[in-house]
Amino acid sequence: MRAFWKPHRIVMALIALVIVVWSVLNLRWDWVPNYLGLAAQGIWRTIWLLAASIVLGMALAIPLGLAQAVGPRILAWPARTFCTVIRGTPLLLQLWLLYYGLGSLFPTIPWIRQSEFWPILRQAWPYGLLALTLSFAGYEGEVMRGAFKGVPKGQLEAARAMGMPRLTILRRIWLPQALHRALPTLGGETVLQLKATPLVATITVVDIYAVASRVRQDTFITYEPLLLLAVVYMAITGIIVLGFRWFEGRIPSRVA
Amino acid sequence: MKKLALTLTAVLMMGGAAMATPVKVGIAAEPYPPFASPDASGKWVGWEVDMIGAVCKAAEMECEIVPVAWDGIIPALTAGQIDAIMASMSITEERMKTIDFSNKYYNTPTVIVGPKADAMTADAEGLKGKILGVQVSTIHEAYAQKHFKDAVAEIKVYQTQDEANQDLVAGRIDATQADSIALDDFLKSEAGAACCEVKGAVADDPDVLGLGVGVGLRKGDEELKAKFNAGIAKVLEDGTYEEISKPYFSSSIYGG
Amino acid sequence: MAVTALVGAAGAASMFELLQLSPPGWGANLLRGLWNSILIACGAFGLGIGIGTLGAFGKLYGGPVLRDLLAVYTTVVRAVPELVLILILYYAVTDAVNQTLLAFGYDRIQISGLAAGIAVLGVVQGAYATEVLRGAIQAVPAGQIEAARAMGMPPGLLARRVTLPLMLSNALPGLANLWLVATKDTALLAVVGFGELTQETRQAAGATKAYFTFFMAAGVLYLILSIGSGWLFARLERRARRGQPELHG
Repeated sequence: MRAFWKPHRIVMALIALVIVVWSVLNLRWDWVPNYLGLAAQGIWRTIWLLAASIVLGMALAIPLGLAQAVGPRILAWPARTFCTVIRGTPLLLQLWLLYYGLGSLFPTIPWIRQSEFWPILRQAWPYGLLALTLSFAGYEGEVMRGAFKGVPKGQLEAARAMGMPRLTILRRIWLPQALHRALPTLGGETVLQLKATPLVATITVVDIYAVASRVRQDTFITYEPLLLLAVVYMAITGIIVLGFRWFEGRIPSRVA
Repeated sequence: MKKLALTLTAVLMMGGAAMATPVKVGIAAEPYPPFASPDASGKWVGWEVDMIGAVCKAAEMECEIVPVAWDGIIPALTAGQIDAIMASMSITEERMKTIDFSNKYYNTPTVIVGPKADAMTADAEGLKGKILGVQVSTIHEAYAQKHFKDAVAEIKVYQTQDEANQDLVAGRIDATQADSIALDDFLKSEAGAACCEVKGAVADDPDVLGLGVGVGLRKGDEELKAKFNAGIAKVLEDGTYEEISKPYFSSSIYGG
Repeated sequence: MAVTALVGAAGAASMFELLQLSPPGWGANLLRGLWNSILIACGAFGLGIGIGTLGAFGKLYGGPVLRDLLAVYTTVVRAVPELVLILILYYAVTDAVNQTLLAFGYDRIQISGLAAGIAVLGVVQGAYATEVLRGAIQAVPAGQIEAARAMGMPPGLLARRVTLPLMLSNALPGLANLWLVATKDTALLAVVGFGELTQETRQAAGATKAYFTFFMAAGVLYLILSIGSGWLFARLERRARRGQPELHG
């Protein structure tokens, strides 16, 4: 820690502290107490959308990566197309296509309102979650492809030589090693996914960005809500980065 | 001779001043038929676009139409990116805290539209347990938050009224509240006519719904305000108002 | 069966009608939006590389204060969502510029949406470009730079003749990625109302209610842009790597 606090850093930290204190005292913060409840809900929604889309996205990305790494053409080709399409179009467009595009098809299917899925199809968050999941899967599919290919062939051959069934090799050797290789990238990708979540506010999902927008509309204050919003996102990013670093530290690894 | 030269210079300078930078009039970048919407060639057409042309001509100003995102149009005005807002913005107390308004140039009631099959009334009783959709940063959002917050199941906030209409057709919301003319236009469309109808006008609340639609101006911009008021008065007097309204509306929308 | 086919054909016909290039088709609008998107992406990418080069040199050869300030810049930009940054910078930059001008007695200037969009996305791209270029410069063999210094090359000439050309081949994959990010981030400008492809699509879809058609069309246009860019960057990388030994047989 001593090495971190060089003289110039102490001066800069003090300047930063002065700026923060000045902002707290001089900018308009009178709206904060009124919106704390809404803000807490918004942060919760942002976090669970992030977590759920990452878990589901990875679940989809692993088969996508595997299919591209070793799969027969008939599996690899659709996987590759999926990843290319997802990575080649903006998330905002994908989101609107899913929500408004599919929504525009509903009136043409009259029985849909009586089906059991209707309560879910009605709401906005399933579409947000779906778009974020597919997006994450598209990008991580590429990452996992590289990770699967990067596991040393020797490991897999040795397991095969010992007569391990294919699925066990995947489960015990290939997948864990691939995940370990991908972990640093996944940390960065999680942060990118966090930065993608505000887009769901455009399809009426009330995440923390939507709450900040609401504050801006109600009070006409331009900067303060956005600044606080930026601080919230930086805090969440910090937690994610620290979390991944801790996790990486816990995995035993011998760099050959 | 000297007097002639001085007079000529004065006239030329006035002419030069008249050819100075055009007044940037901001309209909402989102389509809002029949007031302002882009046509297939990208040109903005509609009653409000015609009004802007007429008022500017009557006030002898050169105006340039600048589309700005609706939920950022007031910050754009205060930051100086545009000089006036003519985007069907209602004159309300809340907005008067940040910006100034000219005299009104139209005033129409607010109505609630819902599915034909549903017998609801345009008040808190009728909206009990329903999902209401409104556009962000409008008097309708403010009204819904103030009067219907406890009655409805959810208030969904959309970026554009058009998206709210879409979700009404798709069945994701049970009702939407907006300006009667804008919703009229929606109900004339194929999808709108098939699904929905006007349920009634909401109880008036001048504090929230405002006193009609006026031109938004920066606080203290008295010169421009006087010009716009003069333009609006002239347009109303010399019959241009009726002329412009004829292709769009069957009766005057100036309102009481 | 025949009815479905007819309905399908009618649907496809009306779809093509909506997309055709001249009114009443909205195709020209979409292409104009695409052109705007490309312009902004080019501007932002160029600005980003400019900022990134300065940032990378600053981080590698600058003093401790400069390095820390650049670290703050890159960390903040990479931690805050682009949407929030776009909103903050869009209003803050135009406001700040106008306030300074007013303070000095000049008139407000109008910053066009295009310029603001390029500036904002350029600042965001700059942070990522700093990291990419820094990594690429660090990968340049130290011996080359030392030899040039030993021969007395001034720093400017060194950067221009030795560092930058060698760094380019290392930087191209990262820069290709950044270009794709730039093209897709232009879609976010739809939220501030700027008329690029996504905004034009939303307007066309709103006016005609043919949401599916237009969003799919926009998707196809973006896909063409990204696949085309990928091919272009692959060629650029092959050219930049000419003369270097192949990595694998």
